[in-house]
Amino acid sequence: MVLSNEEVQRYSRHLIMPEVGVEGQEKLKKGSVLCIGAGGLGSPAALYLAAAGVGTIGIVDFDVVDFSNLQRQVIHGTPDVGRSKLASAKDRLHALNPLITIETYETALSSKNALDLFKPYDIILDGTDNFPTRYLVNDACVLLGKPNTYGSIFRFEGQASVFATKGGPCYRCLYPEPPPPGLVPSCAEGGVLGVLPGVIGTIQATEAVKLIMGIGEPLIGRFLIYDALRMKFRELKLKKDPECPVCGTNPTVRELIDYEQFCGVAPSAPEVAVAGATDNETETTVTELKKKIDAKDDFFLLDVREPNEYQIGKIPGSTLIPLGDVPQRVGEIPRDTEIIVHCKMGGRSATAAAFLRQQGYTNVKNLKGGITDWSDTIDPTVPKY
Amino acid sequence: MANKILIPTPLRPFTGKQDAVDVEGATIGELLANLTTKYEGLKPHLYNEQGKLRSFVNVYLNDEDIRYLEKEKTPVKPGDTISIIPSVAGGR
Repeated sequence: MVLSNEEVQRYSRHLIMPEVGVEGQEKLKKGSVLCIGAGGLGSPAALYLAAAGVGTIGIVDFDVVDFSNLQRQVIHGTPDVGRSKLASAKDRLHALNPLITIETYETALSSKNALDLFKPYDIILDGTDNFPTRYLVNDACVLLGKPNTYGSIFRFEGQASVFATKGGPCYRCLYPEPPPPGLVPSCAEGGVLGVLPGVIGTIQATEAVKLIMGIGEPLIGRFLIYDALRMKFRELKLKKDPECPVCGTNPTVRELIDYEQFCGVAPSAPEVAVAGATDNETETTVTELKKKIDAKDDFFLLDVREPNEYQIGKIPGSTLIPLGDVPQRVGEIPRDTEIIVHCKMGGRSATAAAFLRQQGYTNVKNLKGGITDWSDTIDPTVPKY
Repeated sequence: MANKILIPTPLRPFTGKQDAVDVEGATIGELLANLTTKYEGLKPHLYNEQGKLRSFVNVYLNDEDIRYLEKEKTPVKPGDTISIIPSVAGGR
């Protein structure tokens, strides 16, 4: 594969470095990376991979660009809001580098399609946002023997490593099991510093480019932790677990499994915000809550979000006790009335509701969909965030 | 002799927002027991119902995973730093 004059000009800052040179650039041209997700991590990663001249870049996503993405998903612009992320990403990457091939896959990654999607690619770049897909990407990479340049972010903290290389550890060696749903908040619930995925996604792209060229020391067997607030990078040792169920000496996982089930997540059912569609014992809906407020029923509305979220908007009559403070401030929550707990989307409030039941509260309900659903269904003047 | 335990972002709500906490103990197990006595809200995040360390929370003594040392019996020396590293999945 020979470089054209146009390519020599474009990649000249690579070509003049002996570590890359024509040979390295030709490897990049022959190379291929599949980005799982065109979001916070996938955006900067795909941009740099395209700029660097990686010959084929694939992107798997099925989402649409939203205003709340633009604070960090730098591959998309304001005019792209409402477009498919794939169409938006493809246009941007083509504008950046028309000499490479962009393949897009408008689908949710699943156990059924993962192996076929991964097969044509050299490297998989994991920029997903949930545990079932993390384990799915890992297992598919191990089964196919393809390196996974991994990155993950939460608020001000990022993690990165290279998994599933020959002889190297995999994600399951690090975390054999996922946390139960609700215990770890998602980005949508927890928030994320906009530049953080820029740092972590760029580290993932760096590792992918190094692996393709076969230069330097890859982030294999090392777990990089980045704290943006303290501006500290730390490195932890990561060992291949001989008892790992996927990459160990006697693997028990030999094909892709049901990852939703593995992570204890029920397959997402279509959400219907009407009374009766929820488990009446433990959940309630915003419609029911509105009826109660209008009827001046006796109940205690507990908001377990953080004070800064409370400032953005609140449901009338609520009392704010952030989730982390609930154990210390449980005395402020009455025991002789119905408790309705809410947060932004229903995750943290489910944790709080379970805690209150443990503490002997008998009539506790979680508000399904949280204040987001309240804004969608009841009062659109409450801003969504 | 107290050792520093570094608290990751997702668990800071349970330590009064502190990113590091000084705790006494001769082994990792003792340190974590003292930590969760001091900050009770941490307990369900670190231990399961059977009182065993959860498998999605990794504990490191300096840069070594305690699973490959002596697990919770791993002795701690003055100056050692303990890190709690939970799995996070965010990416969008």
